[in-house]
Amino acid sequence: MDLSSINPILLLASLMVAATPILLAALGELVVERAGVLNLGVEGMMITGAICGFAIAVETGSPVVGFIGAALGGALLSLLFAGLTQFALANQVASGLALTLFGLGLSALLGQSYVGVKPPPTAKLDIPLLGDIPVLGPIVFAHDWMVYFGLALTLVVWALLKFTRAGLILRAVGENHDAAHALGYKVVRVRVLAILFGGACAGMGGAYLSLVRVPQWTEGMTAGAGWIALALVVFASWKAGRVLLGAYLFGGVTVLQLNLQAAGVDIPVEYLSMSPYLITILVLVILSADRSRAPGSLGRVFHASS
Amino acid sequence: MLRLEQRPQPSRMWVYLTPLVAVVITMIAGGALFAALGKSPVEAIATIFWEPLFGEFAFYYRPQLLVKAAPLILIAIGLSLGFRAGIWNIGAEGQYILGAICGAGVALAAYPSENVLIFPAMIVAGAFGGWAWGMIPALLRVKFGTNEILVSLMLVYVAEQLLAAMSLGLMRNPEGHGFPGSRNLQQYEAAHNAELITGSGLHWGVAAALIAVIFAYILLNRHILGYHIRLTGQAPRAARFAGVRPNRLILFCLGTSGALAGLAGMFEVAGPSGQISIDFNVGYGFTAIIVAFLGRLHPVGIMLAGLLMALTYIGGEIAQSNLQLPAAAIQLFQGMLLFFLLAVDVLVQFRLRWIRTEAA
Amino acid sequence: MKFTRLLTGAVLALGLASTAIAEEKTKVGFVFVGPIGDGGWTYEHNQARLAIEKEFGDKVETVYVESVAEGPDSERVMTQMALKGADLIFTTSFGYMDPTINVAKKFPDVKFEHATGYKTAPNVSTYSARFYEGRAVQGHIAGKMTKSNIVGYIGSVPIPEVIRGINSAYIHAKKVNPDVEFKIVWVFEWFNPAKEADAAKVLIEQGADVILQHTDSTAPLAAAEEAGNVIGFGQASDMAAYKDGPRVSSIIDNWGPYYIARTRAVMDGTWESVPTWDGIGPGMVGIGEITDRVPADVKAEAIALKEAIASGEYHPFTGPLNKQDGSAWLEDGEIADDGTLLGMNFYVEGIEGTIPQ
Repeated sequence: MDLSSINPILLLASLMVAATPILLAALGELVVERAGVLNLGVEGMMITGAICGFAIAVETGSPVVGFIGAALGGALLSLLFAGLTQFALANQVASGLALTLFGLGLSALLGQSYVGVKPPPTAKLDIPLLGDIPVLGPIVFAHDWMVYFGLALTLVVWALLKFTRAGLILRAVGENHDAAHALGYKVVRVRVLAILFGGACAGMGGAYLSLVRVPQWTEGMTAGAGWIALALVVFASWKAGRVLLGAYLFGGVTVLQLNLQAAGVDIPVEYLSMSPYLITILVLVILSADRSRAPGSLGRVFHASS
Repeated sequence: MLRLEQRPQPSRMWVYLTPLVAVVITMIAGGALFAALGKSPVEAIATIFWEPLFGEFAFYYRPQLLVKAAPLILIAIGLSLGFRAGIWNIGAEGQYILGAICGAGVALAAYPSENVLIFPAMIVAGAFGGWAWGMIPALLRVKFGTNEILVSLMLVYVAEQLLAAMSLGLMRNPEGHGFPGSRNLQQYEAAHNAELITGSGLHWGVAAALIAVIFAYILLNRHILGYHIRLTGQAPRAARFAGVRPNRLILFCLGTSGALAGLAGMFEVAGPSGQISIDFNVGYGFTAIIVAFLGRLHPVGIMLAGLLMALTYIGGEIAQSNLQLPAAAIQLFQGMLLFFLLAVDVLVQFRLRWIRTEAA
Repeated sequence: MKFTRLLTGAVLALGLASTAIAEEKTKVGFVFVGPIGDGGWTYEHNQARLAIEKEFGDKVETVYVESVAEGPDSERVMTQMALKGADLIFTTSFGYMDPTINVAKKFPDVKFEHATGYKTAPNVSTYSARFYEGRAVQGHIAGKMTKSNIVGYIGSVPIPEVIRGINSAYIHAKKVNPDVEFKIVWVFEWFNPAKEADAAKVLIEQGADVILQHTDSTAPLAAAEEAGNVIGFGQASDMAAYKDGPRVSSIIDNWGPYYIARTRAVMDGTWESVPTWDGIGPGMVGIGEITDRVPADVKAEAIALKEAIASGEYHPFTGPLNKQDGSAWLEDGEIADDGTLLGMNFYVEGIEGTIPQ
């Protein structure tokens, strides 16, 4: 066993990368759920974003355009969910699961000719000088720009929900849609916009996998990341800051357990592999003392009778 | 403009008509998809819906429908109880795995005894395994208020690791040349969940699914507990005044759905699947959530929904093999079917009315 | 026994029909465990299916079903293919073993080929590739190329096949570089590109400058490319997209020649049940082009090693070799028997860590 071979600085740096896809998707889902809608289709939207982003980046040669395409692709798919749940008043849990199935199939069809292709590299934000600062440099200043985008998005979502009028309306719609409707807010419109935002974020999260973290396209490559993102929203008690915390915790434990394996720690690998999930549960139990609860109207169907 | 108007009463006619309408719309949309992929739409649709039921080899596929639908129905029945009460067990897949591990564990420990009590003991162990795995989120919720969605979902991944560990270690077949996976219980008479009538597909799991449907129906319609479950789902505050103890309901719902999922896993491992292996679970626990809602959380509806899902799986495989449709197209088709089923359902509670747009 | 009678009846009817209609067309079925677009295991099997079509043209018809779960689903798909008149069915995953045997019992006239298993029947053959031969070549290159003397190894699931690969690579790395050390990470999944990327990064961070992988995605190569001075190898397919970067060679699953030979045997009526375990020699294991990043002398040695293995002159598991605990395994000049290799569940001396089980 040789724990000294684990470099905490590099560990921190790589957990930021590992956490980014689930962070992006979870932030989107957070907004959706704060609007009172439960979309279990995150996995489907992520994988659709992964292929849309990949295909567009390959065709245009620009990862930036790719990420925009991924956001559009994810949003477009979520539009299906919006139509089902907001206009046809379908059950949200089942619609979300159907969306996942649909997204997995669609992405596989779209991606048939992109197997084995290498995408254009996403630029590192190599700030000269700053990136060379010892310790802080590699952690804070030497990532690709999407990592910073994820952090910025956390801040934006947090501020938006907390300080702006739009955030207030969103939360009102999520807490009690009948009251919000009575106050004259367009419940359905707010929710559709939230769902689209969620789809766009999930799409970008997926594209981060296919364009940066892996980077390649293979069918089913999200391999359950969407479900982790869903769990993170619950973990975070529907708070943006805690989504970040949760994503870093989960990403951190995942990277750490691989590090421990490589260092030859004498813990059976099976238990190390379980650790990210067990620790997430454990931390949530500890945090449960804080009784923040789900938005009041989460998952409930809204129909304006008047 | 077109708008929805709530019906005073749910429409009886549309309750039965909507699935048919949805299937017809899916056939049209799916046909377009298959045509776009360069396959004959009529042939593809006929292969998916007709072949398994009435085709040349229907004698083989019809029993297979039962085999495929049974675990879905068994799990979905359990889930529907909790869903009705607003208790979200998303982790049936994990409970299914634990049921299989515990059930198979009993059999493998007893091997090669041919005691007749082995199979009953496996049933008990399977149900217990699922129940225990379901009780973890239940107890955490009751004791600490921890959200059961997250805990049950995370425990699926833990269960998968446990399954891998079992097939590589403790339960590995000593005669398996070092390969992962347990002994095949199909070759172990006392533990084999064989077909009750040869060629019928009817094994104990199918019987259990049927019994579960009947029990759930009685529970929900005739029993005070069923009433409490429905009341909690519809009006939690009112339920509390009516004397419902929410914690007991949580323990009951998560425990029951866990036990049923565990049973499904046990019947599968002892019968159609035969062995504990790394890839033993194939997502029944997640598909069952769709089945539960597709069946409108009603026991009979769940039974029909389970059979329909099984039909699309089996028909989809036939279409893949006969027409060389990619698996992705079948997945897409299934997604569409679900979308339309869910979307058309609105007509049960609402009707469409044309309303002249006024300057408002 | 009504079911069996019905089945046989149907098979007979079909047999008669197919002899009448399409005497010359041989129908070959494939059951795939993953999607054909996985870029690795299933992708290569599908390439071999296409090779059959190319070889025999009109005389053959191939069908496949992808992403078939192991267990009852696979049994149903095989039965369905057999009912539909397939003459030969390739089942391409270890987990299909018992289902293949079950179905084969019901259809004695249909030939089955099961990949990587050990159960055979009069109408069931098994086949597998000696990937460890390729691992020996990789190990040699790795041992020569590493400067940090740390080689990272990404394992999928700890089964004999993977352990064999680790041992083979280690033995040959050690032979040319006594200071070499292997760091092994198990991702416990066959397919999870994100996790593979993490594993590769972790190994690189802990000092590895050569990455060997037993998982099918290009994620580890991408991680190596990003790190700059790290090399890796293609796995399952050539992964030629990384040729100008970290990929210095590769192990290619090449099922085509075997599939063609077996199909021809069915056509000629010479098909027999035999267990096949082929390596570099017969061409089932391909070694991808060694790039110029490898110095010419190392490249020459690697090719010589490959040739020696191919001709049968050298076996990668030749004694003296000890097991991890120091106990003797093979004496000087002794060659490991296939039985031990097939069920290998121990590390050789020098590898650190324990095999998870």
